[in-house]
Amino acid sequence: MYEFIAFYVFAISTTILFLITVMSKNVLYAMTSLAAGMVMISGFFFLLGADFLGVVQLIVYVGAVMALYAFAMMFFDATKDIKEKHQNPALVFLLGGLMALIMVVMFSAPIIGDNIDALYPVGGAKDLVLAAYGSDIIAGNTHDVGHILFTKYLVPFEVAALMLLVAMIAGIILAGKKMDYSLTECEASDEELDAEVLKKGDA
Amino acid sequence: MLEIGVNHYLVLSGILFSIGFVGVLRRKNLLMLFFATEVMLNAVNIAFAAIGHGYNDLSGQMFAFFVIAVAASEVAVGLGLLILLYKKYGSLDLDVISSMKG
Repeated sequence: MYEFIAFYVFAISTTILFLITVMSKNVLYAMTSLAAGMVMISGFFFLLGADFLGVVQLIVYVGAVMALYAFAMMFFDATKDIKEKHQNPALVFLLGGLMALIMVVMFSAPIIGDNIDALYPVGGAKDLVLAAYGSDIIAGNTHDVGHILFTKYLVPFEVAALMLLVAMIAGIILAGKKMDYSLTECEASDEELDAEVLKKGDA
Repeated sequence: MLEIGVNHYLVLSGILFSIGFVGVLRRKNLLMLFFATEVMLNAVNIAFAAIGHGYNDLSGQMFAFFVIAVAASEVAVGLGLLILLYKKYGSLDLDVISSMKG
């Protein structure tokens, strides 16, 4: 009963919030509703027993990614409404509705793989915790995740770390140039700005 | 009906993915397109976690972690590109930015 109520509350709120994200004309409204929807999504992860994933969702998505968006919004004019020219809105909604129908039919069809065994079953780290601490009282989802992540998924984990490093450097290189000029107020073209930067370097 | 199973989560994930899909098709502003892709990524994450829960397997959660890592780096690079585009064109509208005819 508890799970039922929680699921439907989260489901309805995420659907409404993401609809606002997709439909809203204002960037700030869209971003705020996206952040709120992501908080609600972490609720699903807690319901599914994936505690660590829920916390990562809160910290990385709601904390870091949305903060990055909010930070980037300083560069764009976020206060005025976005004017978009829609050529064929009916077609878009037709395609979207068809896709929703197909996915619902696909996902609600009986699952074929009933005889699939779990490759990395939940609770696999219990023995390790038992050996280390003498009791398995604190063996939870975080222990399981740590156990799998640093054994079976160690190489993808390292590759993901490298990818994040590359993305960070790329972000700095792309956005960090000419950071001391206002983007919205300066009328000068790129060439003039380049000349200005060169002059500054000489001085 | 009061029992919430994997299928409930999968149907919800399909609906959220379709919302993101409509956003990708409908939006003309690049920043809004990014928001729509985030919606789609989150929908897929729910599906991963739910299927992992259904099979009592941790692989689903692992893939969701890597999806989050990919999304974070995508945002870092993508926002850098958006800032460059805004510097160049003064707008993020796809109709203004597009350089190809047709």
